[in-house]
Amino acid sequence: MAENIVEIRDLVRTYGRHRALNGVDLIVEKGTVLGLVGQNGAGKTTLIKHILGLLRAETGSVRVFGKDPVADPPGVLSRIGYLSEEGDLPLWMRVEELVRYSAAFYPGWDQKYADQLQREFALSSDSKLGSLSKGQRARAGLLVALAFKPDLLLLDEPSSGLDPVVRRDILGAIIRTIADEGRTVLFSSHLLAEVEQVSDRVVMLQDGRVVLDDNLAHIKLTHHRIDVVLKEARTDPPSIQGAFGWDGEGKSWSALWCGEPAALEAAVASIGGRVIGNEGVSLDDIFVAHVGGGRK
Amino acid sequence: MRIHISPRDGVPIYLQIVQQVRRLVGSGELLPGDELPSIRSLADTLVVNPNTVAHAYRELESAGIVTTSRGLGTYVAEKDQATAHAERRAMLAERIDALVLESRQMRIPFAEVLELIREREAEFRTEKETKDESEVICG
Repeated sequence: MAENIVEIRDLVRTYGRHRALNGVDLIVEKGTVLGLVGQNGAGKTTLIKHILGLLRAETGSVRVFGKDPVADPPGVLSRIGYLSEEGDLPLWMRVEELVRYSAAFYPGWDQKYADQLQREFALSSDSKLGSLSKGQRARAGLLVALAFKPDLLLLDEPSSGLDPVVRRDILGAIIRTIADEGRTVLFSSHLLAEVEQVSDRVVMLQDGRVVLDDNLAHIKLTHHRIDVVLKEARTDPPSIQGAFGWDGEGKSWSALWCGEPAALEAAVASIGGRVIGNEGVSLDDIFVAHVGGGRK
Repeated sequence: MRIHISPRDGVPIYLQIVQQVRRLVGSGELLPGDELPSIRSLADTLVVNPNTVAHAYRELESAGIVTTSRGLGTYVAEKDQATAHAERRAMLAERIDALVLESRQMRIPFAEVLELIREREAEFRTEKETKDESEVICG
């Protein structure tokens, strides 16, 4: 029913022999906050570059607001507020010049909102962007990304390397954006507590593939840390469909259970065990279980 | 309204809000007729997604803890004493369930658990009596 702001189908991107994106599907519905997570090199930034039209789809299709961002850059970019880790700001400009330049560029620029943000962020008009601290520069980038009230706010690792106070401003900006009806946010981050705090949906990328794509409430409902006691001691971890990352010895083992809560008891009973502990887990733990691989 | 969110907790954020509002109502810190903050302002304060706050408020409404009228806000529901009592019992039952489960895991017989509860309660009574006495002495 909801309109799809971003619609990516079976996207493939290769760099030399390396498949950076390997058949990615991604739908971002209007009015949602989507958190994109994955290790470095998982393909997050490559995916975001396709949404911005900086890369052309090799195979598959990319549609943003129903348009092809490579064929119609003005139709797409004029509606996206973008902030990347580096900021990409013209460092020789003063804050007031940046504001004037951006106001001329975006038709929907809201000067009152820009002034308000400038005050809140304590950005003085005559400061050179190049002389600002990393945090203040991120705030200046955020001001530009927000002040034209974009339909889609696209943030690529926005809080990377920033102190908690600036990170809170960025999260606050995401909250305020989504609180205005009908606006959409896509942000990538490796700070999973932040993703958990503000996302409606989480997409996990690994090695160019989507390994998890679900609404956050459902992810939390279907992932639990379980403690199990077996009738017979064993030296190797038991095996249950949907349980990863076994740890333990003898009769007592623990794992991360990924499945419907109602199915748990029966699954554990099938290996001659019973569940003695069952608690919710953070997105961090869920992430490690899905992409960790190392611990078996 | 004092609510604290811990995103690293295993408990989903909407549920943390639901549990804390229930507790505030159960303990009488929030009284029937009190207004809850708007979805937007609570989302701003906690720095969480407004949809998450809306989800929590919907749960609270369907549990009869709050009433929401569109455009007018969200209020702690008025209720008769019997319902309020039943709700407090339900909250307590949740805690007891956890206790029963844990004592089962530790393989402590239920009779012993009951005995332990009586012992602990007696402890509180002695403490209280001593306190009362000292108050008398001081007075």
